[in-house]
Amino acid sequence: MSAPAIPADLSTSLSTEDANIVQRASVWQLLARHWGVRIGGAAMGVLVLIALAAPVLGTVDPTLFDPGSRDLLPGASGEITTLEGDSIKHQFMMGSDSFGRDIYSRVIYGTRVSLIVGLACALVSVLLGVIAGLSAGYLRWLDMPLMRVMDGIMAIPGILIAIALVALWKASLLSVIVAIAIPEIPRVTRLVRALVLSIREEPYVEAAISLGTSTFKIMFGHILPNTVAPLIVQGTYICASASLTEAILSFLGVGLPTDFPTWGNIMAEGRVQFQQFPHNVFFPGIFLAVTVLAVNILGDGLRDVLDPKMAKKV
Amino acid sequence: MFAFLVKRIAATVPVLFIVAVLVFLLLRLTPGDPAAIIAGDAASPENVAKIRENLGLSKPLIVQFGIWFGNVLAGDLGESYFFKVKVAALILQRIEPTLALSFCTIVIAVLVAVPLGVLAAWRQGGWLDRALMSFSVMGFSIPVFVLAYILIWIVSLKLGWLPVQGYQRIAGGFWPFLQHLILPSVTLSVIYIALIARVTRASVQEVLSEDYIRTARAKGLPENRVLIKHALANAAVPIITVIGIGVALLIGGVVVTESVYGIPGLGRLTVDAVLARDFPTIQGVILFFSFVYVLINLLVDVSYLFFDPRIRY
Repeated sequence: MSAPAIPADLSTSLSTEDANIVQRASVWQLLARHWGVRIGGAAMGVLVLIALAAPVLGTVDPTLFDPGSRDLLPGASGEITTLEGDSIKHQFMMGSDSFGRDIYSRVIYGTRVSLIVGLACALVSVLLGVIAGLSAGYLRWLDMPLMRVMDGIMAIPGILIAIALVALWKASLLSVIVAIAIPEIPRVTRLVRALVLSIREEPYVEAAISLGTSTFKIMFGHILPNTVAPLIVQGTYICASASLTEAILSFLGVGLPTDFPTWGNIMAEGRVQFQQFPHNVFFPGIFLAVTVLAVNILGDGLRDVLDPKMAKKV
Repeated sequence: MFAFLVKRIAATVPVLFIVAVLVFLLLRLTPGDPAAIIAGDAASPENVAKIRENLGLSKPLIVQFGIWFGNVLAGDLGESYFFKVKVAALILQRIEPTLALSFCTIVIAVLVAVPLGVLAAWRQGGWLDRALMSFSVMGFSIPVFVLAYILIWIVSLKLGWLPVQGYQRIAGGFWPFLQHLILPSVTLSVIYIALIARVTRASVQEVLSEDYIRTARAKGLPENRVLIKHALANAAVPIITVIGIGVALLIGGVVVTESVYGIPGLGRLTVDAVLARDFPTIQGVILFFSFVYVLINLLVDVSYLFFDPRIRY
């Protein structure tokens, strides 16, 4: 019996195929090439810089006020009283509010609150959503009760949950973040659960199970890494809507305490005199709109690159 | 079909029950003592204890829930701490403005968004398509209250065309009623337009690549009939779905819009109740809004039967 003949051209055909493989661009290169990621990312970068550099951007302490400098128009010069009681000259680039506080300083410092709340909410809701989603998708006995609770949360409009929770707890940075994050959890949970249900059928998970790998290790070591891309996209959108919700809470007077420099608070203070001084509402409003827009554009870009299947749907 | 209706309606019962449990628990998480809040700052401890007894707050949590849930089923949402009237009566009192605002918003949104979405899908990649997609990203991003103030500033203060704020009951004449409603509805509809237009575009685009569209064109049907009768009719289900899902956005928007425009509806009531820490009212309003949201999505599901005869449950 002779061995089956090996085609003579097998080795050469392999090597020509090799030569045909085009160097695939890495994810980072794809991201860097996408316009949405560039624009959204750049705008976010500028906002982060503004937030970090707030003290050196010609601002004063955002809680300082001066009765002599009330209701100044943008660009007007006036005085402001420091905590030590000294009067210093200050140019009010965006005018001042009815307490004589510098709106420019409050808007610039407001960037910090908005970004912190947005990022923290995204992190908290993704973290809790991942834990819940992995559990529901992998521990069958937990699936039904957990998902029914999530359905219940989703049936209550998110902003109402946030408003009610902040009203019940004392409004602080932490309570605002948690209150905004909670209604976002079910969406993340559903996403992770759906991913887990499809990934757990993959051969490599079956292989891991048959090798006796622990459930914990399969969940976090094998399944979780495959959910990262959609989660980044989802997290970005949560970040945008959380910044928006924070501003709404402050604006309605149920968010962070009013002396806190948040964009919503500045607008809430300014709305009373909107007819005479519309800029008190418009300056923080522009910052808020640009921030949310930047994060949303970034999110759309990330979705296009990281999650092409979802990008096709919308 | 009847079996489907019964099954679908039965499926909403557990959701509504869980919502009730969550709303009940939500207010039990509060660190403050409701009895102390009702009694006010100057109350004696005996007074507070008496109120607590009256409200049944000293009973076990599950018993409290049972009593509360029984009352809710009977249409009794409790009495407002602040307004000193029944919450159900309060909601009925405030429902007209909210209903008018929501209805107007949905009508504007659908009338604007659906044609735009269809046209954008028809000329995919054209200027209208690109403009619509940019608008939709912006529509999602611009906060409702910022947009509200921009519109008030231009339309009411600079041009003087419409009243700055306030609400006129429909009983007081249709024109004043409409006049006060236009600006808030337009404001609120922008985010909704963004959402619906985007989904309409995606859905119609998908249908337009089907074979029967080519057939319809090949047999010489005019393009508008192809777009409306063949494309839009078959793309309806996702559009109807997103209109239903968008009601959650709408409710959030109502709360903000009513505050900006000084409309005395349910959204304003929510904010007033929260500021006054009026727990029964907060509870009642959230329960009511959630109930409406679940019911609308039930209607949406049922409407599939009408919009897509292929669906047979």
